[in-house]
Amino acid sequence: MQIEQQLGDIQNVVDDVLKLALSKGATQAEASMSKVQGIAVSSRMQEVENVEFTNDGGLGISVYVGKRKGSASTADLSKAALTLAVEKAVDIARYTSEDPCTGLADEDLIATEFPDLDLYHPEELNTENAIKIAIEAETAAMNYDPRITNSDGASYNANLGMRVYGNTHGINAGYPSSRYSLSCMVIGAQDGDMQRDYAYTVSRKAALLQSAASVGEDAAKATVDRLGARKINTANVPVLLHRDIASSLFGHYVGAISGGSLYRRSSFLLDSLGKQVFPEWLNIEERPFIKGGLASSSFDNEGVACSDMTIVEAGQLATYLYTTYSSRKLNTRSNGHAGGIHNWLVGDTGQSDAELLKDMGTGLFVTELMGQGVNGVTGDYSRGAAGYWVENGVIQYPVHEVTIAGNLKDMFKGIVAIGAEKDVRGSVQTGSVLIDQMKIAGS
Amino acid sequence: MFKSVERHLLSDSGLDISKLEKALATIHSHSTDYADLYFQSSQHESWVLEDGIIKEGSYNIERGVGVRAISGEKTGFAYSDEISEEALTKACKAARGIAPSGGTQQVAALGQKAVEARYSENNPILAMQDAEKISLLKAVDAYIRKQEPSANQVVVSLSGVYEEILVAGSDGTLATDIRPLVRLNCSVLLEQGDRRERGSAGAGGRYAYSFFKQDENGKPYYENLAEDALHMARVNMQAVASPAGAMPVVLGNGWPGVLLHEAVGHGLEGDFNRKGASTFSGRIGQQVAAKGVTVVDDGTLSDRRGSLSVDDEGTPTAHNVLIEDGILKGYMQDKHNAKLMGVAPTGNGRRESYAHLPMPRMTNTYMLEGQHDPQEIIASIDRGIYAPNFAGGQVDITSGKFVFSSAEAYLIENGKITAPVKGATLIGNGPEVMQKISMIGNDTALDKGVGVCGKDGQSVPVGVGQPTLKIDELTVGGTA
Repeated sequence: MQIEQQLGDIQNVVDDVLKLALSKGATQAEASMSKVQGIAVSSRMQEVENVEFTNDGGLGISVYVGKRKGSASTADLSKAALTLAVEKAVDIARYTSEDPCTGLADEDLIATEFPDLDLYHPEELNTENAIKIAIEAETAAMNYDPRITNSDGASYNANLGMRVYGNTHGINAGYPSSRYSLSCMVIGAQDGDMQRDYAYTVSRKAALLQSAASVGEDAAKATVDRLGARKINTANVPVLLHRDIASSLFGHYVGAISGGSLYRRSSFLLDSLGKQVFPEWLNIEERPFIKGGLASSSFDNEGVACSDMTIVEAGQLATYLYTTYSSRKLNTRSNGHAGGIHNWLVGDTGQSDAELLKDMGTGLFVTELMGQGVNGVTGDYSRGAAGYWVENGVIQYPVHEVTIAGNLKDMFKGIVAIGAEKDVRGSVQTGSVLIDQMKIAGS
Repeated sequence: MFKSVERHLLSDSGLDISKLEKALATIHSHSTDYADLYFQSSQHESWVLEDGIIKEGSYNIERGVGVRAISGEKTGFAYSDEISEEALTKACKAARGIAPSGGTQQVAALGQKAVEARYSENNPILAMQDAEKISLLKAVDAYIRKQEPSANQVVVSLSGVYEEILVAGSDGTLATDIRPLVRLNCSVLLEQGDRRERGSAGAGGRYAYSFFKQDENGKPYYENLAEDALHMARVNMQAVASPAGAMPVVLGNGWPGVLLHEAVGHGLEGDFNRKGASTFSGRIGQQVAAKGVTVVDDGTLSDRRGSLSVDDEGTPTAHNVLIEDGILKGYMQDKHNAKLMGVAPTGNGRRESYAHLPMPRMTNTYMLEGQHDPQEIIASIDRGIYAPNFAGGQVDITSGKFVFSSAEAYLIENGKITAPVKGATLIGNGPEVMQKISMIGNDTALDKGVGVCGKDGQSVPVGVGQPTLKIDELTVGGTA
């Protein structure tokens, strides 16, 4: 009841802002508004460290005066600030250029159905309980192994919010959502070597979070497993990317097939529609309507209806990802990707991670990637890495201070297996990814 | 300045200094050691040119107050996007919940101290007409297309921030600051056959947009910036695969100082060291870098992107020596960590906005110059890499491992710079790499003003700098 009231209030603000924009001379307008309330609590060395009450909100508006666009946003939601934002946006549209591709999404693509995606599971924002959970995770981590000597702390976050989008085609829709997360990071020491690692859990439902003790234990295990890490020699070897970090690989794919990169000719996958970019067994499906999904939504940031889509079929690039603007630049139509992707399910080859290690035989099992060394124009890839050296399918010792390098085109084609154990904590759900060969730079 | 900021942030919302003292007293009625209130109001604009037309323009407004209460090692924090007595009181009551009632600490009378301004108070957004901003963007675009008619994609962006802040602390601190910040970026994509490469360049600082039109070596500054972007794209068009493995590396002066930011900077922030989480913890007085290496963090440099007249806790910034002739001298501190470590704050308490807690952060971090001519440094290497330009970096402060990615690099063969090589990530261990600095150039420079530093989800503008440096061994993440 209360949340519906709040949602209605926000929809009214969006409505007012759109009307104001039209009255100030806009021919079209769109606005989005969000409000999120939450707590962020952290413990360190099993004592409370920070208790933060978060309260974030904002309104963003874009106006179109004919084919000219202006935008403004404000985190101050007072009437005066909202009015100023609208006026500024209209004012800016006097200086931007005519652009035939600009404007609202096509009216026939706008979402008209808003199914309940089960994204809102409110809990009382109780700091005492949050502190208890954080300390429990940290205690489990500190007690896991005597080599855990210090802690970067544990934190528990709970956020309850809502997002509303409206435009002058008539859509004014929104939904509330909740998000809970718990993370823990500890420090281990052995023979002068100091290492840290972390673990986390996230869900729209507090009750579905992994237990605090298991998050702590996962963090501690990851940390002690890294102790005694060494460099390895420069070599060409197979690489297994742990599922926790493998989604980044598909993140680079998202960048390469996004309309914005294509019309700017800044992608290594130009003119590749229908071409083989992954092995034949690999499929990627997009499922925006997964109940309780972390990236679920029935419409995108321009109000365009989302739909189930096949992104990669039998290893072929089945579709690019378009926003309204990028689709017009490329003479096609939006497919609902303003603001990003919605729950990608990456297919697998059925093995457990242990079986993938055996399949790899001798190579590098990567559990951490560092830095941003990826060139989206050429696909050239070079990132810092840490993990384990594997021989005959058996982990030998931890490795750090090396890089893995290659080109994403070759890496995608070189995927030989994807594990069945999935990381479901992000917008890309994938298992661990085995790549036939990459260049490791080390000693 | 104080009067106008006080009016915008307090009087216009029905607040005054005595009401701030009262709010701080509300917090100290609980058992707290320190409390502060941070008022902020900012405007931000950006303009983007693409495909030869002004495609986007945006304007952003932010305004609010953050309230922090500290009790021992604990911190309570609440904020509001509304500045009013009611919202302030509510936030104070939420933040003080970190400690039980029954406080005895008194609020010191708030008093403003004289602070040296490190940049102009002028609002850069208003200082130039919108039409002139547009023509600046078009001039950059036209210049690039004139120099390189085949340039396929040219994107030019201009952004400006005008920010006013007021900090009131229960120790009597009362400080205001007006912080302008502008930036110009351009990128260009070149195509040859089926090969495409991009080059980009940017500059900025706490000054007015007119800086970009000033003369530099006989040309408007923006033309030099456009040349830099074109140069990077042309060089990368010729680049061959970078070698892989451990080898000598020469880093150029200026922006490659991102090395210092990652390899030592973060590891010398007070919070990590108080917690014993940094590879540099407990090492003050020890040799942590090669002799001759002196690294400072200096927030007082005029008009620099990373500079502040006062930090976000009201402490004046300073020229802080972190490493002197290879010896670790001190950490960068905010008030909270300084107090817990029994040292003085260093003017490094920074926060992204009123909605974020302050932490020890860098300002402008750079290395002082040495004796060597840069040519002599290159000439000393048989086979290695020369890297004059970088993209971002990252560090694990506990293990000391850091990476930074080159955006323009060349092979050094027999003492000479030869073929350009593709961008690659360089990886090393901070304390080890600092010991492997064997030659220090006589050409210290700061970057052009594009650095953004992220920590715990908070971004702040920073500067970096260094002279040309020779590192005897660093792992280069190439493919050849």
